[in-house]
Amino acid sequence: MEHLVIIGNGITGITTARHVRKISDKRITIISAESDHFYSRPALMYIFMGHMRYPDTKPYEDWFWEKNKIELLRGLVTEIDSDNKTLSLADGSKIMYDQLVIATGSKSNKFGWPGQDLPGVQGLYSLQDLELLEKNSVGAKRAVIVGGGLIGIELVEMLLSRKIPVTMLVREKSYWDNILPQRESKLITRHILEHGIDLRCETNLKEIIADPDGRVCAVKTENGEEISCEIVGLTPGVAPNIEVVKNSQIAAGRGILVNDFFETNIPDVYAAGDCAEIVTPEGERNKIEQLWYTGRMHGKALAKTICGERTIYERGIWFNSAKFLDIEYQTYGFVSNVPRKGESSFYWEHAEGRMCLHLVYNAQNHALVGVNIFGIRMRHTVFEKWLTEKRTLEYVLEHLCEANFDPEFFAEFESEFVAQYNTQFPGQKLRLQGKRGLFNKIFA
Amino acid sequence: MTPIQITKSTPGNHENNRFGAVKSGGLILFLIGMVIFLSTLFRGDFKITQQSLQQSGNKVSTARLQNLQPLVGKFYTSKKRALAEIRNTLREAEPQIDAYNLGVAQFWVLKNAAAGVFKDQTVLYFFLSIILAIVGGLLYIIPQFYEGLPGIKHNNIWFSSAMARGAIGITIGTLFIAFYILLYWFPQYIVNMVLLVDPVSYFIRNMPADQWFLYGFLYTLTIIVMGLRMLAKYRHSRYHIIRTFSIIFFQLIFAFLLPSLLERLSMPSMDLKNAWPLNYYFFTDWNINSLWGGGSFGQFLFIWGIILSFAGVPLLTYFYGKRWYCSWVCGCGGLAETLGDPFRHLSDKSLRAWKVERITIYSVLVFALVMTFMQVVNYTSNGDIFGNYTWRVNQAYSFFIGAAFAGVVGTGFYPFMGNRVWCRFGCPLAAILGIVQRFKSRFRITTNGGQCISCGNCSTYCEMGIDVRAYAQRGENIVRASCVGCGVCAAVCPRGVLRLENGPAGNRFNLIKSDAIN
Ligand SMILES: Cc1cc2nc3c(=O)[nH]c(=O)nc-3n(C[C@H](O)[C@H](O)[C@H](O)COP(=O)(O)OP(=O)(O)OC[C@H]3O[C@@H](n4cnc5c(N)ncnc54)[C@H](O)[C@@H]3O)c2cc1C
Ligand code: SF4
Ligand code: SF4
Repeated sequence: MEHLVIIGNGITGITTARHVRKISDKRITIISAESDHFYSRPALMYIFMGHMRYPDTKPYEDWFWEKNKIELLRGLVTEIDSDNKTLSLADGSKIMYDQLVIATGSKSNKFGWPGQDLPGVQGLYSLQDLELLEKNSVGAKRAVIVGGGLIGIELVEMLLSRKIPVTMLVREKSYWDNILPQRESKLITRHILEHGIDLRCETNLKEIIADPDGRVCAVKTENGEEISCEIVGLTPGVAPNIEVVKNSQIAAGRGILVNDFFETNIPDVYAAGDCAEIVTPEGERNKIEQLWYTGRMHGKALAKTICGERTIYERGIWFNSAKFLDIEYQTYGFVSNVPRKGESSFYWEHAEGRMCLHLVYNAQNHALVGVNIFGIRMRHTVFEKWLTEKRTLEYVLEHLCEANFDPEFFAEFESEFVAQYNTQFPGQKLRLQGKRGLFNKIFA
Repeated sequence: MTPIQITKSTPGNHENNRFGAVKSGGLILFLIGMVIFLSTLFRGDFKITQQSLQQSGNKVSTARLQNLQPLVGKFYTSKKRALAEIRNTLREAEPQIDAYNLGVAQFWVLKNAAAGVFKDQTVLYFFLSIILAIVGGLLYIIPQFYEGLPGIKHNNIWFSSAMARGAIGITIGTLFIAFYILLYWFPQYIVNMVLLVDPVSYFIRNMPADQWFLYGFLYTLTIIVMGLRMLAKYRHSRYHIIRTFSIIFFQLIFAFLLPSLLERLSMPSMDLKNAWPLNYYFFTDWNINSLWGGGSFGQFLFIWGIILSFAGVPLLTYFYGKRWYCSWVCGCGGLAETLGDPFRHLSDKSLRAWKVERITIYSVLVFALVMTFMQVVNYTSNGDIFGNYTWRVNQAYSFFIGAAFAGVVGTGFYPFMGNRVWCRFGCPLAAILGIVQRFKSRFRITTNGGQCISCGNCSTYCEMGIDVRAYAQRGENIVRASCVGCGVCAAVCPRGVLRLENGPAGNRFNLIKSDAIN
């Protein structure tokens, strides 16, 4: 029986294993250093905040693996000998494979700041980081989080749940404006401030200072300010974790280099998920996709390839979602932070400033390019369809009721969107289709 | 290697604990009220007089009261002694008196003999106990939700002693259980508690309170108080606001005030929303006789009960799922959604629990169906066919299912097994609604494409122990018999993945085929 070995029990490795199991009876072993079982990394914050316990974040019960004949091994792979198809583990044991999947995920970035390795300074990626944060937050009177982004804001929320005041140092002009267009970035920035978070924009970390015991006691910013604190969270993004291929023949750039089939330069060795760098032709920037759902899609496509049905990875319409403190965010298609040439925007914001809708469309034919939504839930399938069908801004606005995914009885704003459009484009008279109303709500 | 164990270790820095003082003040008031309320169990004087015996006239037979004549003029400072002497006196005169009738006699004779502070200062003690506990409780539980902005308020739940099966949770559960045991089987021990609500009972029904009035009163108050908590906790979600108002309305008006008013008017009385077979005595001969014999209004109630149970319930469930009943109208559900909310995450999500659930709930359903069949046969045949057995089956059902399961376990186990133990493992009405919901209904929880991050919030906070995530992460819709449509899974999902909705009944299970999921 062929032996498939997967390094990493994150969403990528697990999805690969599950789908291989669906179509083949290969022997499957998953080796991972972090935990015995697969858990949801995006749920890390909720463990610390007391919303869930660690076992609640495991998507499958522990009996699942044995039942599906997926062998789990806790251990750190230190070396890949692809000539002999052998892995070496930190405890000295060796494992042979016929096929190998590397799904080692990411690791937190560190930019060589002085003091970045002091006790009390940490990132947030793994369960071990969570345990460390638990220790670090004992008696902490202030935390400084360096770097905005999604993990940064989660770390802030976690610390606030323990009533530890937080200062957030962000390089950008407003929160996450390297990704979000200005108005959305402002909206979230306001929300961060409204939570009593000490957000410092355009502020760079210079160094981290230790107290006489060698623990962190303050940070110094580039404009010379010193902020005393007991915790420093470094969250300036993540990078592919390629440690394991460093001394092997497997080619790596920023990530492990793979083609659209997740094949590396070595036969029978694949890489997928956060750690993979998908090589794209024609001088485009190679793709590193560091998301939960992309890991899942990688795994699903890769499983077929591994089982002999060589399957190209189809990315589909881009989407993502996140939650900034109390504001939910969804995005479909592509919305650039600075308007791109040939694109126009329709932007609506609620009077209270915690909801907005941003539709980006082709200025010429008005075909929808992407959408950002804050504080309102939308249907994935509907936007996927509209984007694929290249529906116009006008069509989308008139049919937005179809896409609304907010819970029943929630306030609806579609008519406001349309009214705003009609004022902005005086020649136009859009009419909202399929208004829901009370009758429809009860009998829909 | 060591298993991952994250337990909260920070004492926390309570700088921005805005309502700290209000909260502690409220807790103190609540505890004082509770202590005074509980102290009625252990304090109180009783004086049996000719007059006090007469007051029990419409509850205890005259002959039996006659037997108690030797006790007239006695004064007790110990409830235990008083109860023992009443028992001994009655046993002597009537050696074959059964436990039930003995209890009734003890209850009323003792209650009417109450003297001392609780008798003289009933209203004062009513305020010092129940009202004080309510005011304190509200101060304790409401302001905390205003410490932050509107949003999900689940911080630190698993570190809380009360909410995560710690010492406080165990204490709360034990108190609940003890209260239910006293209420169902030893009401004579809680006469002073019942006494405290006498003024309310006279005000509403113009008759003295019995233990069931006390229970209904506390139940309704609890739903209101904890309902206000829900309104504060979910002030960002109209679904929960409207739903909570509905629960409060049906409990206060339909379950409490309306039946009380009917009693005041000496009319046949019924909780108009209590559908068979949750209402397991609906088809007993005594209930049918009392309704059918109760004039046109009684007959209306009887017909209403039939229409509700056999047409209204299934039809509405076809349109909206069982949620319209279980988490909008029902009294048991109402308590679960209000008092039980802090414990919802304690439900077991394992596959094993689901298996157990299916066995127990359908067993109870079968039990209820058999009993009802016997009741109906018994009624139509004037007791010829099953005779005494119907009564015995009724007794068994009301003891094991009605009292022990629905009451003691159903509510008493909130702090141990979550807030829907009865609804999930026992309720025969939920079983029927569930079958309708699973096989013929327009209700489903839609999963939003590939947005699920498998975090587990939905499953954790599903009070019915449904592993919502198992469906959501596959992009499948959730169509489960047990889902009561509380909407909390959708509320806590940080990625907007879930939506409760009604739609065409066909193809409810998965509406999409996308590569982004699975
Ligand atoms: C705090 C946080 C929140 C996030 N929130 C979201 C979100 O909301 N939405 C979203 O789309 N994405 C989110 N992400 C990103 C998402 O979690 C990742 O994209 C995803 O987990 C990547 O999955 P993976 O399987 O590729 O790798 P990982 O999940 O990183 O799994 C890799 C595993 O391999 C193990 N490993 C690595 N090297 C070795 C070795 N040599 N030997 C043995 N084992 C090894 C690692 O210990 C790790 O357990 C979040 C990430 C973090 C850190
Ligand atoms: S599945 Fe959702 S709506 Fe249904 S009972 Fe569970 S939490 Fe409530
Ligand atoms: S449906 Fe929502 S709450 Fe449930 S696991 Fe998925 S993302 Fe988490």
